[in-house]
Amino acid sequence: MSDGVVSKVSVVRKALTGAQAAAEVMRQVEPDVVAAYPITPQTPIVQEFAQFVADGLVNTEMIQVESEHSALSAVVGAAMSGARAMTATSSQGLALMWEVVAIASSMRLPIVMNIVNRAISAPLNIHCDHSDAMAIRDLGWIMLFSENPQEVYHNNIVAFRIGEHPDVFLPVAVNQDGFITSHCVEAVDVFEDSFVKNFVGEYKAPYNILDFDNPISAGEWAMPSHYFEFRVDMKKAMDRSVGVIEKVFEEFYKETGVKMDFFEAYKTEDAEIVFVVMNSTAGTIRYVVDKLREKGKKVGVIKVRVYRPFVVEKFLELIPSAKFIAVMDRALSIGTTGSPLYQDITSGLFANKRIVLVNDYIYGLGGRDFTDDDAYEMYEHAEYSLKEGISGQIVYVGLNPNLLGR
Amino acid sequence: MVGVKEFYDIRIHGRAGQGAKTAAQLLAEAAIDIGMYAQSFPEFGAERTGAPMKAYSRISKDKISVHYQITKPDVVVVMDESLFHAENVLEGIKEDSCIIVNTSDSPDTVRKKYNIPSNVKVYTVNATKIALDLFGKNFANIPLLGATVKIVGIIDPEKVKESIRKKFIKKLGEEGVNKNLLAFDKGMSEIIGG
Repeated sequence: MSDGVVSKVSVVRKALTGAQAAAEVMRQVEPDVVAAYPITPQTPIVQEFAQFVADGLVNTEMIQVESEHSALSAVVGAAMSGARAMTATSSQGLALMWEVVAIASSMRLPIVMNIVNRAISAPLNIHCDHSDAMAIRDLGWIMLFSENPQEVYHNNIVAFRIGEHPDVFLPVAVNQDGFITSHCVEAVDVFEDSFVKNFVGEYKAPYNILDFDNPISAGEWAMPSHYFEFRVDMKKAMDRSVGVIEKVFEEFYKETGVKMDFFEAYKTEDAEIVFVVMNSTAGTIRYVVDKLREKGKKVGVIKVRVYRPFVVEKFLELIPSAKFIAVMDRALSIGTTGSPLYQDITSGLFANKRIVLVNDYIYGLGGRDFTDDDAYEMYEHAEYSLKEGISGQIVYVGLNPNLLGR
Repeated sequence: MVGVKEFYDIRIHGRAGQGAKTAAQLLAEAAIDIGMYAQSFPEFGAERTGAPMKAYSRISKDKISVHYQITKPDVVVVMDESLFHAENVLEGIKEDSCIIVNTSDSPDTVRKKYNIPSNVKVYTVNATKIALDLFGKNFANIPLLGATVKIVGIIDPEKVKESIRKKFIKKLGEEGVNKNLLAFDKGMSEIIGG
């Protein structure tokens, strides 16, 4: 499919939405348990999968629960009992889950959860931004982001291999943009079922509380004498996941010809201005980078595919000529200097003694459309900032000042 | 035909419930089926039956990387004439773009009525009448889809018909599918203007 590696896997091209692409992997992997509660724009994932269950295409125990808190609780319970278990959610649903999100990772359960990214209330808004995912970024979940339905499909396949690796045993969240990706039909190359089943492999649970021959207790009480070590153990597992992700990506590439990386660089080698972006807007920026390159502008873009673990050293290797970084955050951190992606990048630059100008461009909150024209405008601002030596500015792209309060 | 192009950005204006999303999706599915690249998505708005809404299709010979709503369409489809009063269906329309309107009026009349610039091609088809004759209901989306496929010209109508069959055979059965295929053909043959 690319770079001279001939895929050994047979592929069928289908017209699928991002939501359908996630459900397709769920069908192919056939988890033991799925528990979910519907919320826009996650609903079509679970709706599609429930149809697979009803049609007898999968032998999965589907549990309908009364809230997202219960959904993830049921999934945690299933995972503790040795089951491969999944769920999916968005926005307020993830917020309601939050307590159990932390429990799933600290109990080291390799659950795969699809998050269809949506703004958080209030005011109520069902459209895309990354505020929901950013609120769980430090809880010990591996977080993958997807540009389009095809990447939703690939990310979901590798997610199992990463989270379920004995060196890791952490849950994985696969993110996609609400509506923009989840409800957009695109061409998706779907692998044959047997390949996906083999690649993902048999599930070997970290432990099973129902194994009465080997009784254990899990999620128990920890005194100050022990709790600290549990947290550090989790951090070490996240650190080890870097090597596991590298290996899984490499194997995936060898088998399918599909390249994946922590950060995917486009024309950054000699770029003086580098955009950094996550999810569906990455493609729009690549398109604009091409147009700007035609005008001789030294510009490139990095797409963040693996957001947790955030391996900033890998990022820095990709921007040898950068003088200015335009970080694009689709979330707004309130009460500090910049938003999540900006903080990850600026702290990494500082710790590695790399001096580069950086602005934080906030865009697309609550589904505000981000077009090519917005990208050109942002580039002009970046170019001006580089010329004038401006850094550390928070810039709102596409904001309507007339609607602001005082 | 609008002329030979490598890609088309198509914006369909409808009212929620009229099947604009389905039409956009069928177009994309057929394009993907013949090895082209496509996107199709509804406007990301609140869904209330009868409210004005948009659905989009991008169709291209090359991979499509952009992800935003279509602001500079090559083709605008208006499923319901009343939408001219409800919103600016001509927004972002370019020179050499075209507009396809579901109406009993002629292209000339439509152009005059809504002040459509002379460099925009106007096509009309009475999709509502086709639908009423065949279904007894205003399912104008399929005849309009036929009309659009005719004008865009780069998608094999037979592939779109296969997509229609795939999509509706379970729900509507053989007779229902055939009626839809007939509606599609009539849309193709009855569109006028340019």
